[in-house]
Amino acid sequence: MNPVDYFSIPSVSSRSFKVWQRNKDVFIKNIKLNFLPPFIEPILYLLALGFGLGKFVESIDGVPYARFIAPALIAVSVMYASFFECSYSSYVRMYYQKTFDAMIATPLTIEDVIAGELLWGATRSMINATVMIPVIALFGLIDLKYAVLIIPFAFMGGLLFAAIGMCFTAITPNIMSINYPVLLFITPMFLFSGTFFPLSALPVPIQYFATAFLPLTHIVNVIRTLSYGMLSSSLIFDVAWILFVGIALLVLSINLMKRRLII
Amino acid sequence: MFGFLGPNGAGKTTTMRMIQCISPVTGGSLEVLDMDVSTCQREIKSHMGVVPQENNLDEDFTVYENLLVYSRYFDIPKDEAEKRVEELLDFVQLLEKKDVMTESLSGGMKRRLVLARALINRPDVLILDEPTVGLDPQARHLIWEKLRNLKKQGVTIVLTSHYLDEVEKLCDRLVVMDNGKILVEGSPMGVIEEFIGSDIIEAENNPELLECLQQKEAKYEIIGDTVHIYADNAREISEFLLMECSLSKISARPATLEDVFLKLTGRRLRE
Repeated sequence: MNPVDYFSIPSVSSRSFKVWQRNKDVFIKNIKLNFLPPFIEPILYLLALGFGLGKFVESIDGVPYARFIAPALIAVSVMYASFFECSYSSYVRMYYQKTFDAMIATPLTIEDVIAGELLWGATRSMINATVMIPVIALFGLIDLKYAVLIIPFAFMGGLLFAAIGMCFTAITPNIMSINYPVLLFITPMFLFSGTFFPLSALPVPIQYFATAFLPLTHIVNVIRTLSYGMLSSSLIFDVAWILFVGIALLVLSINLMKRRLII
Repeated sequence: MFGFLGPNGAGKTTTMRMIQCISPVTGGSLEVLDMDVSTCQREIKSHMGVVPQENNLDEDFTVYENLLVYSRYFDIPKDEAEKRVEELLDFVQLLEKKDVMTESLSGGMKRRLVLARALINRPDVLILDEPTVGLDPQARHLIWEKLRNLKKQGVTIVLTSHYLDEVEKLCDRLVVMDNGKILVEGSPMGVIEEFIGSDIIEAENNPELLECLQQKEAKYEIIGDTVHIYADNAREISEFLLMECSLSKISARPATLEDVFLKLTGRRLRE
């Protein structure tokens, strides 16, 4: 494949919705289990970090610690939901269950299948955000003025992390090797993207690095600003970054998967 | 019904995947239902049913849901799909298993369900990549019966198989291929007659016999400790051999596709 081909626009049809629907149906079959984590996780983190550790932290930028990390918990959940859906789960469907093979024997093309998977990954991010917002609101840690905007934004951020997960699925030699990007990319992002302490606490070069290369930084920024009940012009930069990188990676991930599956 | 035969690695599955518009055609042209595979993928695939070599049922769903979810990929309206699912489950005798998760089905049941799934869009062409591999005789016979049934309904069936008796019984025409090349094409009987003759006489390998056969200019092949003698009239030749070549043990049998297959593709093992 020519380097340029990796970014050629794939022809995706509305049939990718059928793939989305298939994954949604499986999700609904296990709905109780699937809804539990976004309920339980924020409660655990808020109790341990927000109210436990938070006792020893006065405030960050004039905001109580629990209120500072609450939006980061949503952002992290957005990242995890779609990344894991489109890495481990997609890999299982592709390699072990051969679901994709069965699908491309029908009028669906491989592009439709991958697009459906990516859309589903983003949907999971959106579902998690939607469940978490009221839970966090119960603790009184979110301003509801712009909170509803977090939901569509979670879908957008979800697409970005879905594409990142799918790129690794396309190039990983086996399922164990997905542990590498988790350990070397996802986990550092979880810790160093302004999630549990502000970016400004880090050395300046690392701040620049995080802003340039760590997608979660931008997701945290947007969700935090919205959950404080504010809008700011800096959000335009974050959203533009997410859109630009997201679209490039979505295209790349579909082409990489095409290369992996056809031959 | 058309059969593709060949040893492992001959290119059967690749050919099947090209017909299914999945693997790209790198040379020449390939048309399915008068449509070019490189331009009419969706159209061709909507008229095609596929039973792949490896079962790829959706393990997240029950038997019934498997067919229903699959019907959506073909844009079959829900009412119509529900009707077809019931019919097909009846056809492959899995109606009483409809609410079972697919992972708990036996090998034969899974294969039948894959066949039912391949029929959900009422295909004009059915592709079967080793449809009865690993099944017990009962399950194989049941699948054959269903395939004959479909053939009668006018479905074009394309089949690959290592079971040569299966191909001999089912196919009207076949090709034997190896290393991506077609070695022979014809009806099962035609191919057997052309390459072997109607009968084979098996005799114990000894130098005396070989000398005798060479004198008579007979067609034969040495396979380990036996000699296969190809003949059109087994009885005459056996009697002749018994008298002229002082043989002790011989047996005659009708030639099969397996003899043709081994003759054409050799006896060395394939990986």
